[in-house]
Amino acid sequence: MTPMQKTGPDAALSAAPASKRLRPGRFLRRWPALSLGLVLLALACVMAVFAPLLATHDPQALDATQRLKPPSAEAWFGTDMMGRDVYSRVIYGARVSLVVGFGVAVLATAAGMAIGLVAGFSRLLDSIIMRIMDGLMAIPSILLAIAFMAMLGSSVVNVIVAVTISEIPRVARLVRSTVLSLREQTYVEAAITSGASTLRIIWRHILPNAMPPVLVQATYICASAMVIEAILSFIGAGTPPDIPSWGNIMTEGRALWQVKPHIVAFPAVVLSLTVLAVNLVGDGLRDMLDPRRKS
Amino acid sequence: MTSPILSVQNLHTSFRTDDGWTEVLRDISFDISARETLAVVGESGSGKSVTALSVMGLHPRQSVRHSGRIEFLGRNLLELPEDRMRAIRGNEIAMIFQEPMTSLNPVLPIGAQLVEAIRLHRDISRDDARREAVQLLEKVRIPAAASRLSDYPHNYSGGMRQRVMIAMALACQPRLLIADEPTTALDVTIQAQIIDLIKTLQDEEGMGVMFITHDMGVVAEVADRTLVMLRGDVVECDRTTRVFRQPGSNYTRSLLAAVPRLGSMAGRPRPAYFPTIDPETGQAGPDAQTAPPPAAPRPVLEVQNLSTRFDVRKGMLGRLVGRVHAVENVSFSLNAGETLSIVGESGCGKSTTGRSILGLAAPTRGRILLDGAELTGTSRAEMKRQRQNLQMIFQDPFASLNPRIRIGESIAEPMIVNGIAGRAEARDRVAALLAEVGLSPDMMNRFPHEFSGGQRQRICIARALSVQPKVIVADEAVSALDVSVKAQVVNLMLRLQERLGLAYLFISHDMAVVERVSHRVAVMFLGEIVEIGPRAAIFANPQHPYTRRLLAAVPIPDPERRGSKRRLPELEIRSPLRPPGHIPPPRSYRECAPGHLVMEPSEDWALLGAA
Repeated sequence: MTPMQKTGPDAALSAAPASKRLRPGRFLRRWPALSLGLVLLALACVMAVFAPLLATHDPQALDATQRLKPPSAEAWFGTDMMGRDVYSRVIYGARVSLVVGFGVAVLATAAGMAIGLVAGFSRLLDSIIMRIMDGLMAIPSILLAIAFMAMLGSSVVNVIVAVTISEIPRVARLVRSTVLSLREQTYVEAAITSGASTLRIIWRHILPNAMPPVLVQATYICASAMVIEAILSFIGAGTPPDIPSWGNIMTEGRALWQVKPHIVAFPAVVLSLTVLAVNLVGDGLRDMLDPRRKS
Repeated sequence: MTSPILSVQNLHTSFRTDDGWTEVLRDISFDISARETLAVVGESGSGKSVTALSVMGLHPRQSVRHSGRIEFLGRNLLELPEDRMRAIRGNEIAMIFQEPMTSLNPVLPIGAQLVEAIRLHRDISRDDARREAVQLLEKVRIPAAASRLSDYPHNYSGGMRQRVMIAMALACQPRLLIADEPTTALDVTIQAQIIDLIKTLQDEEGMGVMFITHDMGVVAEVADRTLVMLRGDVVECDRTTRVFRQPGSNYTRSLLAAVPRLGSMAGRPRPAYFPTIDPETGQAGPDAQTAPPPAAPRPVLEVQNLSTRFDVRKGMLGRLVGRVHAVENVSFSLNAGETLSIVGESGCGKSTTGRSILGLAAPTRGRILLDGAELTGTSRAEMKRQRQNLQMIFQDPFASLNPRIRIGESIAEPMIVNGIAGRAEARDRVAALLAEVGLSPDMMNRFPHEFSGGQRQRICIARALSVQPKVIVADEAVSALDVSVKAQVVNLMLRLQERLGLAYLFISHDMAVVERVSHRVAVMFLGEIVEIGPRAAIFANPQHPYTRRLLAAVPIPDPERRGSKRRLPELEIRSPLRPPGHIPPPRSYRECAPGHLVMEPSEDWALLGAA
């Protein structure tokens, strides 16, 4: 016979948290940095999705008569060496940058977490996997990405693959070390003594508590992937030159940046703001998802 | 009486929060004279540490506001600018902290850290500072001080590190020493040595000491006067003897009632509830013994010749350089409704014993029988089913709950993973369990950080009970709790034992609590049980020198019996690290009374200073 007396289960059910609706004003005051990041990121996404509506010109159209014009009412960000409208190219460039940034962040984080978890739970695989990761880490990520691009050929998908591979070791190492320290936590031991399976322990106890550092790392990777994409395009090893990306717009302005700074300046500013937005969102999410900081 | 060194008058301290200023200290006044020790006691959150930090001027100035006066040798510290304050801090007022493990920089040798501390405040050469450092280490009774200067903190034991911290605090001959729970993290025997040391040094140096603690036994040992705090208010401040003999408030009386007193159980064979006193009304609760455990045909848990050893490997190829014999040849049995306490100091193997039984550490050999059936070596599913009967409560209530999971789910987890209850049924049972441990069922949707330490420990007990185990291993389960909370949780555990016939394996270093809760006691030393028997016999008639030593070190919460104990010989616990081929010597036990077994004399006896 169970020794526990029944106490109204209805009382317990009705005590479920009345999910507090966060009004926009309160949200803004509580999470100002996160709000700013979300707004900026939303703008970047709008740019990418509605590029055909927002662009004033065809981003590919050459116009020899309009070369190197400064910003004006006609061409808001001026024109480049081949007379293409820089504003329209920056708008379209958001597509490549965001796809590369988010793609790399999601893929590298997912793969890195899987690898890190395996390494954190299997001693044998740990020494093998981590030596491979050390090997990858020994090569600067840009060099590694250039090598992959040389092997794979230039396309947006290949940029994502190349940058992802060079970013995986970062996540894997972080997840492995987090898992190793979380495994020692008393609440994990408590779960072991209550009979929970390893999979359940990973899913319920390790993963949620490993998320905050991984989330921050993911936003860092997202931002750094955008920058690497820009660098790859900048040195001509990335996105094919006919597809505008913030990186290859800057490449084309490189030779002239002292006399015609607008070609480099506008994509650079937009890239910086987007990277900033991603970082703000990452930090904000980490805080927001922590129940200890909610009350 | 001479004029005080430190005089705090009407101190109010407020913290800036999201909703304006919150007052955390209200109208605190006290004096400390030369050679006088003032104990500041209270439970966590009472403001004792905040008071110390206010005196040291260590609160950030933007977010903390003070009013009143803190007069130190005629100067009001609250009005001093930060740079003048810095000259006083560490120089005239020194502070030692609770955690000797983290207060020293692990990558610098002890000598270098001492020399730095000395030269920071005094203009002397490196060589002079070095000589001074040796003298200081000698002063805090570190043997062979000169040769230990180049050692790193990890070469020192916890007690030695606390001595080094005291040496550092003394480097500039401070007038006032603030000790914030300096012995809380140490073993009892080490605690007794450190308290002796602080008292001796105080006489030598003529310092005033502000001693912050939650342990009434320590207060009785050290303090001339005692200040009792409760939620930021002074409850009373008087001579220690008076506070203990005629407490002026119900709160102090309830605090004193909750203090476990060694020897209070003489003549009572069974565990007894703590006599709790209501802090509001002063009404005393009953001081009753629990009912005798039901007669059982066989023990619910039997441990036979359990050994757990850990290999120590070194180098690239993992060469075996030694083995830690954490648990060596341990045997005992436990009946339903009975509490067996395992006592000993840190490193004696008591926790590893518990962990080996639960499968958190892999035993090297030995048998564990649950209800007569062997736990080790059966099939996986069978083992899982058996393990339900063995649950554990951990020491740190803050670390043993997953911070991202609602407590209701944490409590339900054992039921769900063992397939005992579905989600909806588990929810009902969680509500019942919460009521059982004295919490409200509607708390199940909260997160762990919304609870106090005592409440969390109740949650952990509810989690352990959820699968209706027969045995609960409680590893220092009440050690981290405040006195009155400790008494409540112990009473809860005793009540549950009576109601449900639970058997407890109570692992603890706190002899006074052990005396209250146990039917039987096993004393462990360097991985082995040196004495085991009925609690009354062990406490009334300890046979092994180590047991006597443990009992002698327990502070007595009675200021009038201060100093009546004999001084303990200085001894650091050796480690059970042995060379790889070590074969433990055969041990035999002598039965000196029915059920009371003592290990036969060995070379350890001489070491322990046995007569």
